[in-house]
Amino acid sequence: MYTSTQIDRRSFIKKMAILSAMTAAASMFPGIIFAKEQEAGIPAGANLDWKKAPCRFCGVGCGVLIGTENGKAIAVKGDPKSPVNKGLCCVKGYHSIMALYGKDRLTKPLVKKNGKYVETSMKEALDLIASKMQETIKDHGKDAVSIYGSGQWTIPDGYVASKLFKGCIGTNNVEANARLCMATAVTGFLTSFGIDEPMGCYEDIDYADTFFLWGNNMAEMHPVLFSRLLDQRLKRGVKIIDFATRTTRTSMAADKAILFNPQSDLAVGNAICYEIIHNGWMNKAFVEEHCNFSKGLTNMGYGLEDNYKFKDKPEKIDFEAYKEFLKDYTPEKVTQLTGVSVKDIKYMAAQFADPNKKVMSFWCMGANQHSRGTWMNNIIYNIHLLTGKISEPGNSPFSLTGQPSACGTVREVGTLTHKLPHGVVMNKKHREFAAKIWDIPVTNIDPKPTYHTVEMFRALDRGDIRFMWIQVTNPMVSMPKLKRYRDGAKKEGRFIVVSDVYPTPTTDIADVILPSAMWIEREGMYGNSERRTQYFEQMVNPPGEAMSDTWQLIEVAKRMGFEKQFYYKEETHIEEIYNEYRKHHVGKKHNMAPLEALKAESGVLWPYVDGKSTQWRFNAKYDPACTNGKDFHFYGKPDGKAIIWQRPYEPAAEEPDQEYPYWLGTGRVVEHWHTGSMTRRIPVLHKSMPQGYVELNPNDAKRLQIKTGDKVKLTTRRGEITLPASVDERGVPAPMQVFVPFFDESMLINDLTLDSFCPISKEPDYKKCAVKVEKA
Amino acid sequence: MPITSYLVHPHEGKKTELTQVLLQLEQCEVIPAENKDILILVTDTDNKNQEALLKEKIEAISSLKLLAMVSGFNTPKNLS
Repeated sequence: MYTSTQIDRRSFIKKMAILSAMTAAASMFPGIIFAKEQEAGIPAGANLDWKKAPCRFCGVGCGVLIGTENGKAIAVKGDPKSPVNKGLCCVKGYHSIMALYGKDRLTKPLVKKNGKYVETSMKEALDLIASKMQETIKDHGKDAVSIYGSGQWTIPDGYVASKLFKGCIGTNNVEANARLCMATAVTGFLTSFGIDEPMGCYEDIDYADTFFLWGNNMAEMHPVLFSRLLDQRLKRGVKIIDFATRTTRTSMAADKAILFNPQSDLAVGNAICYEIIHNGWMNKAFVEEHCNFSKGLTNMGYGLEDNYKFKDKPEKIDFEAYKEFLKDYTPEKVTQLTGVSVKDIKYMAAQFADPNKKVMSFWCMGANQHSRGTWMNNIIYNIHLLTGKISEPGNSPFSLTGQPSACGTVREVGTLTHKLPHGVVMNKKHREFAAKIWDIPVTNIDPKPTYHTVEMFRALDRGDIRFMWIQVTNPMVSMPKLKRYRDGAKKEGRFIVVSDVYPTPTTDIADVILPSAMWIEREGMYGNSERRTQYFEQMVNPPGEAMSDTWQLIEVAKRMGFEKQFYYKEETHIEEIYNEYRKHHVGKKHNMAPLEALKAESGVLWPYVDGKSTQWRFNAKYDPACTNGKDFHFYGKPDGKAIIWQRPYEPAAEEPDQEYPYWLGTGRVVEHWHTGSMTRRIPVLHKSMPQGYVELNPNDAKRLQIKTGDKVKLTTRRGEITLPASVDERGVPAPMQVFVPFFDESMLINDLTLDSFCPISKEPDYKKCAVKVEKA
Repeated sequence: MPITSYLVHPHEGKKTELTQVLLQLEQCEVIPAENKDILILVTDTDNKNQEALLKEKIEAISSLKLLAMVSGFNTPKNLS
């Protein structure tokens, strides 16, 4: 595009700048301007105090500037200094502060008495929580109490939760909702590289020539990053390839959109690997120097039964065995299964193979909420490893996240049953290391993981868990096969505490509701998808008696007798906690920046070594932790080599049949963030997307005589729901597939979904189950 | 040599007035956006100091409600 233009460079750049703005204003993101409601509150000539923060919503981690006046946040804009978004915001980010001021904010603790919620003081509520936990431990043992947190927890929230439950109480009943979205990315990284989180960063976007989006509707889920892709296309003519099961806004903006049958991405990925090897496109020197080959167990099951256990048994294989395995995945052999033409598979392989092109892969829930998600992550890495397109600017497999601190709090602090801030509970040295920093006897930390999220809610249903504290998350909307877990939580003898900012279906099951301070109403840090840790100060006061989740946990810990470990002072506790937390990650592989650096900059990437962020890990040119004397060092594995995994195609847990002939997939929309508990209270967002719906393929709709707005009944083996139809509107599913967003708590699509999960990551597959579709 | 584009939000009823003031500034180009409530502004300056000064001038215009940068990232390395 650029080379063919005859106009001078400056005019060309100007034209691109105009087009970028027009694109932002008019086409992809029609809501990208300030809401009238928000602007109305800004007095003309107001003297606003602007302070930086990471955005409250998704995992992109855009830098925003919050304008406050007289103790109220009244304006927000993108931070031009932020290397993440460079001044841009999406529709949710621009309206984020309005989520602080919904009319029904929780401001007082509520305790359920005789079936009714009664206001109480924070002191009494915290006393009750501490005594109930102690009573439950006494009566049922330490593994009867649990905490279920979130990728929206700040780093200090997750850290004190882990320290209290794993270090002091001695139970590994610590989980977070990132199990539902990011656990597969973690096991993908760990199995392929031995260490978690992306090797590259967002700056890869400025260098890559081709972008592969693996089942990832970036235009709606990560609009600011997608704008950066569009911007690069305008500037440099980069190519965007959308590989998906449904036609979305991303597909419409892509250079090429390729549809595949649900679950068959495994086969297509292997076919790409086959083509790369078969055509002699493999980067032989890179593979020989830096990669091993392995295979694992197959036919693993789907985790549908209680107490399901699985442990993979990796076995080293050689290149010839892998090559032989791939013979079952020639483009010709997989085309029928996948619905992808031979020509398109060869096209995709050729894009990766082109030695003059840098390739960046993006994926999110499509590859992660997948009953063979770890395998799919491995296969994407296989493609990048086989071509040597990894760990250098522009060559970057990149797993995106959906929550502001799924990486920072869940993956880095380690708020999952098997994790510690550094390492895992199963490892004696890791337990000793954590115990020393936590100032507890090492025997306090149980070496056995307990329950992953789905199993934790099953344990609550069975009665193995009796007490659950839920913070910053809404599992009574987001859990798959929801009815079982809702009914389980309501059973006699269960005690549920919910800390949140608004009433939700999850506060409906609570015995105690604690009002939480939200985002800039307290001090904290988030960690985004590219390893960027971002600090925010308290800018406004929380309403009523609302208190930060961090301080709620500290108050309860002290009441339970752990004053020594929870020594923090109220006025300085965030700084004290962060400084303590940093000790877990000392070293060139994961060093966290000092707080002063976080305060001064718009976020800092870890590993932070000698005063610098590390942008590209495992590459000796950029990463001081590389020590093998070679150009690349995959130091997460003992021999410094990454693993190319032999991973087959296997079907989904439940596939369409005669009785339930359609695929049901669920997901998100640009206007609402996840379960909608915050964004549905922002009038402009609520008005633009007021209710859930079911998307149908136009041909299916015609056959069923369904038009947009007609009521449609969906039935699965778990239940039924009636929703309005959406035909040929924003998204268009492939034939015999339907899509339903999950933001609407009045239309709980998760009552219909299946709780199958990836046996390695234990992350549920929300994208695939069988459903019957009828006009209601 | 920064070139930057913005979404410009005028105060209610002040869109024409704002457009006229912006058009009088050298280094500014105003494009009506399809979204009728906003304007697109592109600034073309010789250096970062000039750009910062111009931005200050723009932000001082009384009919301007908000200025939101869209693009113009400083990525000359990609423009080979």
